[in-house]
Amino acid sequence: MIDVTAPPGTPPAKARNRVLKQNRRHVPVLATLALLIIMYAVGVANYRGFSDTQVVLNIFVDNAFLLVVAAGMTFVILTGGIDLSVGAVVALTTTVAATLLHAGWPAAVVLPLVLLIGTVLGLGMGAVIHFFQVEPFIATLAGMFLARGIALLINRNSIPITDGFWTAMAEERIRFGPGVFISTSVVIALIVVLIGAYVLAYTRFGRTVYAIGGSADSALLMGLPVGRTRIAVYTLSGFCSALGGVLYSFYMSSGYSLNAQGMELDAIAAVVIGGVLLTGGSGYLFGTVLGVLVLGLIQTIITFQGTLSSWWTRIVVGVLLFAFIVLQRAVTRRTR
Amino acid sequence: MSFVRHRLFWPAAILVALLASNIFFSSGFFSITVHDGHLYGSIIDILRRSAPLILVGIGMTLVIATGGIDLSVGSVMAISGALACLLIGDLDNQNSVTGVLLACAAGIALSLVLGIWNGALVASIGIQPIIATLILMVAGRGIAQLITDGQILNVTSAPYKVIGAGYTIALPVSVLIAAGMVAIAVVLTRRTALGLLIEAVGGSPTASRLAGIQARRLTIMVYVFSAICAGIAGLIYSSNVSSADSNAAGNLIELDAILAVVIGGTRLTGGRFSLAGTVLGAVLIETLNVTTVSIGIPVETTLLFKAIVVIVLCLVQSAAFRAKVLRRPSRVGASA
Amino acid sequence: MGSRPPVLEMTGIRKVFPGVTALDDVDFRLLPGEVHALMGENGAGKSTLIKVLTGVYGTDGGEIRLGGAAVLFGSPLQAQQAGISTVYQEVNLCTNLSVAENIFIGREPRTLGRIRWAEMRRRAVELLARLDLTLDVSAPLSTYSLAIQQMVAIARAIDIDAKVLILDEPTSSLDASEVAQLFAVMRRLKDAGVAILFVSHFLDQVYEVADRMTVLRNGRLIGEYRTADLPQMQLVARMIGKDLEALEELESQPRSSARELERGPLIAKAVGLGRTGGIAPFDMEIHAGEVVGLAGLLGSGRTEMARLFFGADRADTGHLEIDGKPLVLRSPRTAMAHGIGFSSENRRTEGVVAELSVRENIILALQAARGWTRPIARRRQDELVDKYVKALNIRPADPDMPVRNLSGGNQQKVLLARWLITEPRLLIIDEPTRGIDVGAKAEIQRIVAELADGGTAVLFVSAELDEVLRLSHKIEVLRDRRLVEELDNTDDVDADRVMRTIAGGVAQ
Repeated sequence: MIDVTAPPGTPPAKARNRVLKQNRRHVPVLATLALLIIMYAVGVANYRGFSDTQVVLNIFVDNAFLLVVAAGMTFVILTGGIDLSVGAVVALTTTVAATLLHAGWPAAVVLPLVLLIGTVLGLGMGAVIHFFQVEPFIATLAGMFLARGIALLINRNSIPITDGFWTAMAEERIRFGPGVFISTSVVIALIVVLIGAYVLAYTRFGRTVYAIGGSADSALLMGLPVGRTRIAVYTLSGFCSALGGVLYSFYMSSGYSLNAQGMELDAIAAVVIGGVLLTGGSGYLFGTVLGVLVLGLIQTIITFQGTLSSWWTRIVVGVLLFAFIVLQRAVTRRTR
Repeated sequence: MSFVRHRLFWPAAILVALLASNIFFSSGFFSITVHDGHLYGSIIDILRRSAPLILVGIGMTLVIATGGIDLSVGSVMAISGALACLLIGDLDNQNSVTGVLLACAAGIALSLVLGIWNGALVASIGIQPIIATLILMVAGRGIAQLITDGQILNVTSAPYKVIGAGYTIALPVSVLIAAGMVAIAVVLTRRTALGLLIEAVGGSPTASRLAGIQARRLTIMVYVFSAICAGIAGLIYSSNVSSADSNAAGNLIELDAILAVVIGGTRLTGGRFSLAGTVLGAVLIETLNVTTVSIGIPVETTLLFKAIVVIVLCLVQSAAFRAKVLRRPSRVGASA
Repeated sequence: MGSRPPVLEMTGIRKVFPGVTALDDVDFRLLPGEVHALMGENGAGKSTLIKVLTGVYGTDGGEIRLGGAAVLFGSPLQAQQAGISTVYQEVNLCTNLSVAENIFIGREPRTLGRIRWAEMRRRAVELLARLDLTLDVSAPLSTYSLAIQQMVAIARAIDIDAKVLILDEPTSSLDASEVAQLFAVMRRLKDAGVAILFVSHFLDQVYEVADRMTVLRNGRLIGEYRTADLPQMQLVARMIGKDLEALEELESQPRSSARELERGPLIAKAVGLGRTGGIAPFDMEIHAGEVVGLAGLLGSGRTEMARLFFGADRADTGHLEIDGKPLVLRSPRTAMAHGIGFSSENRRTEGVVAELSVRENIILALQAARGWTRPIARRRQDELVDKYVKALNIRPADPDMPVRNLSGGNQQKVLLARWLITEPRLLIIDEPTRGIDVGAKAEIQRIVAELADGGTAVLFVSAELDEVLRLSHKIEVLRDRRLVEELDNTDDVDADRVMRTIAGGVAQ
């Protein structure tokens, strides 16, 4: 037997080096985790009341919709693509839902309908990207214009939602104790994340997503359904954006065509900070969750600080983006 | 029929059609009146409103010609306007011409630095352009707000007002500035060998390297030029409203600029570029905005129109689409 | 030999690309339990034949029978399902995935759609054991060497119950012990009845492992032989395309006057120059007015050698001396500053910029050398371009036509013109005559001879031996990425002599 884990004639350092190399792939996620812990520790050390469980839970409550959107984005980015339309699809979803509910449609019809609209939009973009080999950046840019345009055309103003189901979903709290609770949106978001993580780790579709991100040409030659999978991830991202939109409308209790401006940037930032390689093929949905938490924690700290202004969020996110992109660059360079 | 084949035929035709359609809704559309030695009229107004987009567009054209993209232009606009307004606000005499000029120079100088940052990320570290410029896109508006301390900085400076809203030799100063920058860009690219070298790098990076072209320096140059153009556009924007609004300045202008470049016949994959085409594209987009207002349909429909334009242009440029749908054989070299 | 029916039979295969007939009436058959080598130079049609067989391309004629039944594959996936698996030169696996996944992805063991990871890993270990390999199957493939990746690709291929296994240049990036390991695996599979189609440009390896071989040249079938019946020398002759009689005939023709050389001053000297995986360290001198020809088979390192002289790739050993002074070539720009020009063998991807005009392509290198601030005046451009369009007979003679609309031969001339206007002291030309018609070929040969007469040193790379013999004053013979012999091209040097060295025979 030729044992390659310790090949004859090669110094053992090589084998150790291989293990290091393997671990290096986890560096971005571990870095995010460390960052999160440090940030939390800093928060607890400096601000009164920061250690309340509810502070952490509120991060989930306030970012449930982002978590769902970022989960869809994770699939897209894992294939090496990008989806700029997510914010606009969220806005479109809130607008359509609010308009239809306002017109007296039952929630049982509106909910599936808005999810279907987002899914179809995603399907369309995926099809254009695959069949006509249009760059994802451009195809989803067109999707963004389209979704935002339709939303604005439907209504330029904010529409309040008074539907019973919607308000119930918005107000329902799952309580763990006095003052310790999460919203239903958090539950939905966590279910989405769990399903997503399962799909990525345990299904052929999920593994094909990673394969395409590693090398689309190889995946094709290995006989994998590259086209179908690629279309599917944009469809999935469309669905997640629509679901994110629904959660957003729970959160805001209204629909507004100018909602979620720039959410695509937040979602991309969360994915990147969560350690997913922007060129695709490496990363975990768990990392994206961490990324969303980092974004949420930055905001929380700035709120607690009181003297720091909100724009610091953007600067810090920019700095983190830079740091993680450079880190990714360094990691991939060495593994190659 | 050869003029129909010209790559600027269709954008020009659409522009003429749009302009012509205005006649039905406002009879005085094409009339240009002279007031106090200044020209007034809808056409002049369109040009005046196009100035920032033209500026950003020509910078974007050169970036795209090298095969890159610059998403940070809107943020750079905000930063440059913010810095200029901050410095002018600190002047003892806001009407001091020297002070205003120095403030503008500072804004442009800061833009230049930001351009070097983008260029270095792309050319020296080797990060994909879309990702590299995303960092500044996210962080930039935070930086602008940091400069203005989150306020909308209002200035009451007559000399500064001239840049965006003033007139000289019968024309709006902003139009003259834009024209001047276009002229500089044309001279820089077509009177020197810069244009040729940029087109070669965008057309085939490998062949260019083997022909002895140093792509790195060229790449940094185009990002710097793009940032300077965006900086000047930011000055015009903030001068026009006599204030620095970090959120509104250049919001989504990167998308309009990319659209103008694509309408102008420059391919997103790089190579051959047309500055005249981009100017045409920018004017077309502003005409569209003006026309929708004058026709009385909601302004938001322009987004839908842009979506359609992006989709159509991309499909027409997509070789796969031509092959699959139009069945037009691609030109094959004559056999020797 | 005809005792066993062939597992695969291709008859009268024809494949036409716009302007080129890549395969013309080619027959090919593969017996079960044999290693069959497909031999040929660049452009012979080897990869086209493989792509037709595996469903990457359709055919324009001919028939493929697998196990006696006519088949036609629409995609590599269909071919795989029918039992034809391919392992490409560039390992086509996803290195970000684990070893086990790379073997099983697309066919993972599943329960209700859930991948059974443990079983997959166990089966991967078993499968690799059949190839004598012990790997950590849950480690990402990228942590293993190319050789191991190659084996994993083979493991994937044989798990599909391949009847036919195609190995396309599998050894090009392996070292000797890795090659031995691969061959052991191949023999094992052969004994298990798998038919293996083997493509390699290393003749020694072919003779070591192949039972039979099929030789292609210019898209045509030259013949099918038992390895034992075809001496290496004869094989080379068939691949390069002159049978021995014809070569002797060529020898009797008067040699070109270019042979007599007054050797000019030394221009470039390579001292221990080399690059790992490209070309072993070598020494070489090039004098002004001298044509140095590089002879060798595809993959022998001729292109790699040429690129080192221009800094297109960086050397990792040795250095270059220009005019007696050592020089480190960090980029092509440095080489250009010392009067060296380089025309690549990949003229479409590394040579011309397709969308630029003839004029722009011609002035590109000169302009790059001058820098962007010193444009070449339009009148000067016209002079230069006109002069070379005429001198090289570039057709159509329209300087403003995009180069992509020109034929291959004319694109090549544009590329030559690009370097000629820089007035190089050393011009490196890699495969300038490949894939172009006879007329253009003769013209390019004439230009090379004239250049040398004018005092330029020329490093000339060509797969066609007669061309190298006709033009060169000195011939450097390469084999297996190594400079094996340097010959002054005198009367006693003939194609026979050069081929013997290429084929690995003992030098006289």
